[in-house]
This record gives sequence, C-alpha cells and structure tokens, in this order.
Amino acid sequence: MSFHPNDIQRRGQIASGLFAVLFALLLGAFFRTQVLQHAQYVLQSEENRLREVPLPAPRGTIYDRKGVVIAENLPGYSVSLLSPGVDSLRAALRRLSTAIPLSRDEMDVAVRRFRRAPNRPAVILADATFEQVSVLEERRPEFPGLIIQASPKRHYPDGAAVSSFIGYVGEITETELTSRTYKGYKAGQQVGKAGLERQYEGRLHGREGTRFVEVDARGRVVREAGARPELTPEAAEPLYTNIDLELQRYVVQLFGDSLQGGAVAIDPASGEVLALHSAPTYDPNRFVGGIPADYWKALNTDPRRPLFNKVIQGRYPPASTWKLATSALGMEQGIVDLDTRMPAPCTGGFQYGNRYFRCWEKKGHGHVTLAQAIAVSCDVYFYQLGLKLGLSRLIGGGVQLMFRDRTGIDLPDEQASRFPYAVDYYNKRYGPRGWSNAVVLNLAIGQGENDQTVINMARFYAALATNGQAPRPEIVRRNPERTPILKLTEAQMAGLRRAMAGVVSAGGTAASARIDGVTLAGKTGTAQNADVRNDHAWFVGFAPMDEPRVVVAVMLEFGQHGYRAARIASKIIEKYLKAPTTVLPRQEAGE
Amino acid sequence: MKGRGGLADTPLITIALLLSAFGVLIVYSAGQTDVPVTYVAGAWKRQLAWLVVALGAAWTAARASVRLLEWLAWPAYLIGLALLALTLVIGTGAGTAASMKGWITIGGVRVGQPTELAKITTALMLARTLGSFREPPRSLLELWKPIAITFAPFALVMLQPDLGSALVFVGVFFGMLFWSGVPWQMLLLLASPGISLVLAFSTGLWGAWFLLFLALVFWYRPYVVEGVALVLANVAMGVVAPILWDRLAPYQQRRLLVFLDPSRDPRASGYHVIQSQVAIGSGGWTGKGFTEGTQKRLAFLPAQHTDFIFSVVGEELGFIGVSLALFLFFAFFLRITRVAQRANEPFSSLVAFGLASAFFVHVLVNVGMTLNLMPITGIPLPFFSYGGSFMLACWLSVGVLARISAEGRGRADSLTA
Repeated sequence: MSFHPNDIQRRGQIASGLFAVLFALLLGAFFRTQVLQHAQYVLQSEENRLREVPLPAPRGTIYDRKGVVIAENLPGYSVSLLSPGVDSLRAALRRLSTAIPLSRDEMDVAVRRFRRAPNRPAVILADATFEQVSVLEERRPEFPGLIIQASPKRHYPDGAAVSSFIGYVGEITETELTSRTYKGYKAGQQVGKAGLERQYEGRLHGREGTRFVEVDARGRVVREAGARPELTPEAAEPLYTNIDLELQRYVVQLFGDSLQGGAVAIDPASGEVLALHSAPTYDPNRFVGGIPADYWKALNTDPRRPLFNKVIQGRYPPASTWKLATSALGMEQGIVDLDTRMPAPCTGGFQYGNRYFRCWEKKGHGHVTLAQAIAVSCDVYFYQLGLKLGLSRLIGGGVQLMFRDRTGIDLPDEQASRFPYAVDYYNKRYGPRGWSNAVVLNLAIGQGENDQTVINMARFYAALATNGQAPRPEIVRRNPERTPILKLTEAQMAGLRRAMAGVVSAGGTAASARIDGVTLAGKTGTAQNADVRNDHAWFVGFAPMDEPRVVVAVMLEFGQHGYRAARIASKIIEKYLKAPTTVLPRQEAGE
Repeated sequence: MKGRGGLADTPLITIALLLSAFGVLIVYSAGQTDVPVTYVAGAWKRQLAWLVVALGAAWTAARASVRLLEWLAWPAYLIGLALLALTLVIGTGAGTAASMKGWITIGGVRVGQPTELAKITTALMLARTLGSFREPPRSLLELWKPIAITFAPFALVMLQPDLGSALVFVGVFFGMLFWSGVPWQMLLLLASPGISLVLAFSTGLWGAWFLLFLALVFWYRPYVVEGVALVLANVAMGVVAPILWDRLAPYQQRRLLVFLDPSRDPRASGYHVIQSQVAIGSGGWTGKGFTEGTQKRLAFLPAQHTDFIFSVVGEELGFIGVSLALFLFFAFFLRITRVAQRANEPFSSLVAFGLASAFFVHVLVNVGMTLNLMPITGIPLPFFSYGGSFMLACWLSVGVLARISAEGRGRADSLTA
C-alpha cells in the first residue's frame, strides 16, 4: 500500500471534495424544504396544532303576526371532546363517564360523530345542564381534550301548540351532509328537520363562527384561546309569520288531548295562514340537543301518528264538503242554478241501474232546490246533478278546481290531493269494462276516487268566499299568489254563499254551530273510511258571509258527524272575528 | 514525540466543542414542551454532565501514545467483539429502540452500548491490518483479512438488530480501504453484491446496474475466478433479495417501505418522517425561535432529543441554523482529513480517516433521515443526540485524533522545514 505523501495528499483532496459535494447536496435539500416549500409545510404544521371549535350562530327568532315570539334561543352549553383517534376518544369517554353519567348509546353516537369529522370536537352533550357543566369545569384537568362551549339552544315557549307548523331542529345527518341542499354545512350543526324550521333553514341558520384551540399530538388542549383570532358567529335575521298565536293556542285548546285531526284558518283574500294545527302533536322542545330515544320511539309507534301532519299530509275523502264543487261545476255549465230542482225527488235513496244509492237521510228530503240541497246535504239531488254533468265534465272540472294539486303552502312534505286526472284513469285502474258509470254518483257527493288534504279544501273554500280566486296559503309573508278557478257571476257566488249560510241555520246540517251576531257559511261532511262505524267529520266554512275575513277547515278523524267539526270551526271563527287582529306592516314580501 | 503545540489540535477541539455546545442547547430545547416529559426536560443537565465526563476521557485518550493504541488494537478488538456477543445474550432495549438489544445492563442500570466502542476498536484493528500491507492488493482475495475484521462486528450488530450502526461499519471499511490506496474499481467490485441487493427490488434498475457491472468487470479484468464469483454473487443477490425481504421483521420492512414512500401510512411509520419534514419545512429561513417550535412543543415530532434532534434545529433555527450546523460538521471533516494527511505513519493516518468515516456515516444518515433522504435507522447525530455512551465515544475519538494530530505535526513541520 502506498502511503507516500503525494498519494495521501491526492486522497485527501478526493475525500474533501466528496464531503463538500455531499454537504452541498444536504444543504440543497434543506433549502428546498425550508425555503421553497416553506408555505406548504407551515400550513401543515398549523393544521397539526390548531383545531376549529365551531361557535354556533343563534337561529333566527320566529314571530307571529303581532310580534309575539314563537321560536327563540336560550343560552345553553355543549360539551365536546377533541381526540387524535377513536381509541383515545373511547378512553376519554370512559374517564368522562366517571364525572357525568354517559350511556353506551351516547358514547357510540360521540364516536360516530368523531369519525365523520375527526378534526372537529366530537359533541358529547349538545345540551348540557348547568350542573353538568360545573362538575366538568371543576375536574377539567382530568379531561385534556374537553371543550365546553356556550351554544344557543332553540326554545319554543308554546311547545307542542306550535309544532304542527314550526317543526323542530336536530343535528344534521350523514345523508343530509352529502346532499346539495346542505352544501357548506359541517357535521354536528343543528338544522331544521320539519316545518318552518326546515322550510326556511337557509334564512334561519345564520353563519357559524370558529374559535381556534391549540392541541398537542395526543389531542390535549394546550391553549384555549389566542392561538389565532376567532371568527364571530353571525345571528340570522328574524322571521315574521302570519300566524295569530292567540288563535293558534285557542285551536289547540279546542282539540284538547282527545280529538284527533287537523284544522287550519286562513285569510281568504291573501292566503295568510292564521292557525294550523294537527292533533295529536309533539313537543318540539324535546328534540333540542338530541331527542330521548324512548320519546322518539313513542312518537313513531303511537297509532294516532303525532309526527304525521293531518293538515298538509293526511288525505281524506272530502265527502259532502265537495258538493260545493259539484254545484259550482253544474252552475258553470248552465245545467243548474240555485233554484233548479232535479227530476226525481229524494225519497231516501235513488235507483241507478241495478243499484240503489242511499241518501244519508232515510226519510228523504223531497223535491228540493240546489240551495236547499246544499243546506240539507241531499245526496239524491247530487247523484242526479252528477249524472247530468257526466263523468268527463265532473272530472275535468275537478282538475280545473285544483283538486289534484298541492296548495304550495310554505311547509315541507305537503302531499298532493288525489283525484282522477281523466275518465281514462278508471280504464287504467279497473280495465275498460271493470267499472260502471255509477262512479259518477259517488264522485258527485265527494266519495270514491277523491282524497283531499285539509289545506286544499280550505283553499277551495277561500275561492268560494271571495271572487273565485284560490290563494296560495302562506305562513311566512311572501308575494301573494292567486289562481282564478271559479268562473261564476257575482250573483251566483253570492247565491252559493247564502246557500252555505243555510247549512248553519235552522234546518241545516250544522244548525248547532251558529254564532251570535255573525252569519257563518260553510258545509259539513261525513266521510266514510275503513273504520265503518266512525266516519271522519268535516266542516269547511267562512264568515262573515257577505264579506268573509276567515276561512276555517276542520277535519276530525273518526269524528262521526260533520256537525262536530262544525262546532269547533265556528268557535275558531268566533274567536277570530270577535278579537280582531292588527297586522304588523308588511316587512319583507317575497323570499 | 510531543510536538511544540502540545497535545491540543486547537481547530479540531474548537469545532468539536462548538458542536457539543450547540448540541446541548438543542437537547435543552427538546425538553421544552407544552406537556413536559420529566425525563426529556432534564436531559440537557445529564447531557452536560456526560460532556464533562467525555472531555475527561478525551484528555486521557490524548495522553496515550499512538503506539500504545496499535499495541492494544488486537485485545481491544476482541473485547469489543466479546461485548457485542454478550449484548446479544443479555442486552436490553431502550427508549425509542425498545425492541433492539443494544444495551449492556448491570443491576438494572444501563452502563453502555458496546456498539459505540466496537466502532472505534474495529477502526483500530483495520488500521493495524491495512497499515501492514506493503503492496496494493491485486486480487480481492488478498483483502480477506479486513473483510473478516469488519464482518464479525457487522454481523453481531445486525443480529441486535441495528441496521444503522451496521452501516457505520460498512462505511468505515470502505473509507479505510480507499484511504489505504485500494483502486476505486476494486472498491466498486467489492461493493457490487451489496448494490445488487439494494437494487433488486426494482428489476429494471437491477438490470441496468448489472450491465454496468459487467462492463466494469471486462474493463478492469480481475482474476477469472474472482470475476465469475462476483457475477454469481450479483445474480444471487438479485434473486436472493426478495427472499431476504420476507425474512425481515415487519417493522424493518415498514421502515424501508416508508423510506421509499412516506405517505404510505402517515398515521404509523411514515408519520415520523412526515412530522420531521413538516417541522423542518415550517422553520423557513430563520425558524420559529429557540425553544418555540410548535411541532416539537406539541409532541408531533417524535424522538426530538435523540434520532430527530436535527429536525428541532431546522424548526427553531431555520435554514440559517441548519447551515451553521452543517458548516461546523463540514469543517470538522475537513480538519480530520487534514489530521489524516499529516499523520507520520500509516496506522495513525488510517485510524484518523476511519474515525472520520464513522462520523460521516452518522451525520449523513441521521441528517438525511430527517428529510427522508435516508431510511429511518435510529442512528444518532454526533455531539447532538442525547445519550451518554455515544457522547463518550465521540469525544474518545476526538481525543485519539488530537493525539495523532500532535504526533504528526512534527513530521509535517519537518517536511516544510
């Protein structure tokens, strides 16, 4: 081996060169990471250490037409946990349950929430009590990832009395998060789930703020504030409704705990909804901060279906209330007028082909005019009027009168009423020879293939109460929309209204529903349904007769007789007319 | 034998002292976390104490004549091997490397890592052997002695298993062969089976390498037997590698895979490298300030006082701090190379360059690892990483180098005179 100084000198130079090259490479690599890619790594290191704690925005306050609060926000607290992983979250939950009792379910829900958004605090208690919060604050050092956040909670002072239209709020679901409707929403947020809360979610939810806390690698909160300036939440604008809360409370009181069905009161001229109630109902306050499982189960298994809105979702045969539609169509076609009599008198029934069609009155009504037939609800008269109109014109007219439509009320999940689209419907349904012309008799008295929502009947009667224009019902003030559906002269309209006043006077089917000092007009209905002994009871009417200010539709499931519904409707109308409301100036029309 | 300047090679000692001071400061910072870990928080005091002990050891080593070291090379080498073997039997793991058997523990107290001692004794033994060669080797077979000397500790360390330290032995071996004048073609032929092994994971790469290797064989023309043996060895490594791969411990496989693709499993093995890169990258030009690194403070950076201590430098002192540290290391290597050049006989010169090679592999692999340029092997950074026996070994080396420098200076002076 050669250790001559010259050789050693040369090797030293090679070695030094090699060191220099490798150090230059290292330095270059550091330059690239620290200077060229600096921004990207700063972002990553900030993401590492900062966790966003959402600051929920207060939802918009909802007022009635007089400025009384229907929905508001109360101060509340939410308790959540920051965690680096599922296992440590479970451990933290077990530790937490020594301070505040947590059920297995609550823990599982928290873990599910965490999986959905691991960088946001997983909500443990959406609505913690003051006692829970003080216990946790005392023992805070034991729970490193704990976040206690003031969070406004929804409150409905009238509770169950307003749930039929106000709906309720709840935590956004996974399916909702992926839908376009909820673009920009984050897991854990509260959203409207039904009623106005859902319909006007966009206007009610406000803008969520953010607080930044600093955490270490194990998810322990190291600094609560000051890590980065926080974004303050923005409260939503209030929502003004047409509801008359006093009237609403009165309607709810009339239904009590025993009656089952739906009622709606609207202003016939504008379509403003004054009261809307579906009985039985539920307490929307119990949904706030997560509904207790047993309450949810009870609501879903109750045979009286409290979660099912009987005003906008329930569809019932309109029965005799629909006779006004038959009458109006007959008059429109020039077949009858209010003093026209039918060829056959009512003897308690009517023979058509090989079938005998009964009138509800076994004794018979004799030879009555149209106006009288309306007052006493004579079935035999309307069988014959139906035959004169013929199936085709009856169905065509019904479609024109919007008996197949939704009303367009500003509530989610409204159902369209059921009505044949044409004669062809029967051919499709039963086959060309599977049905007889007898269907026209049933249809003429509001039975058969005809199921109407309570709100749709109210809209039809609003057209009867005014100049033949059906208004779109509106709970929140927006641009009114009216559709002319009745093509009758003013005299004909006035005549029909007088005939309806006959229903609620001596000899009429709802004589007992009279109001002192006010002429009430309307029509009862007793609808056959699957429960043969207990018909549904209907009454749709308005008052005062000459210049109607309110239309009320009442439907009692299994109410047996129309006059029962009429008594409730007349009380609602009386209450409204005798305590007239002063409407606030229109604030914001349109959506 | 003493030179006029006494025992002190002032530049060498100064650089080593600067590096040590820098290191202790960073160990102090590594202990400053938001959720303090008592053991790490107090590490800088123990490191400082070890530094004092290490300086004493270096001073003692510098008193020992190089002749004494040469005389001691054989017994020291054998003691080193014996301790390594003993470690395999009674060794224990520690800290981040709990699954390795790297420590000798007596009565529950960890007294040291024999690997650190063996690095020095192996360099001494190789220097003794290579220094006795009169002619440069013409065949690979003539190198059987240095190969055997290196292979013994290498194999024992691999059995712990400690891939990082094993690489240091390989680095020392090649560095010293180079320094003794073995032609580079021969070094490449010698390294070729290892290169084949590394490249075997990609058939294309291995194929390209193999063609290059064949060209080298035909050009350099070693003995036919050796040439054939080398070709066979290369082919065997290309084929055997996958089998060896299956025999690696899962964590070793993971580490190698993560080296190739750090995003593979960011929550587990790749997490360390990614967090280290995030720490360094977020440091920018000037860093987040001494003790202020958030990645370190909030425990996102793993092993911040040992394996990943250089990431703390990057995060808190930025590119400027990194450049300063790397410059000091560079100066350190240049100075050792100078010492090796000025040594007055082959043994001293070889020892000096062997120690330089060992230091260099440590720095290159550790610093490269923080940026994912090298596999994560858990190899410490000289003068920085917390650990007593390593600090001791580093300064013992510096002591030996100071002695060689002192003995050699006279000759250098006489040459210029």
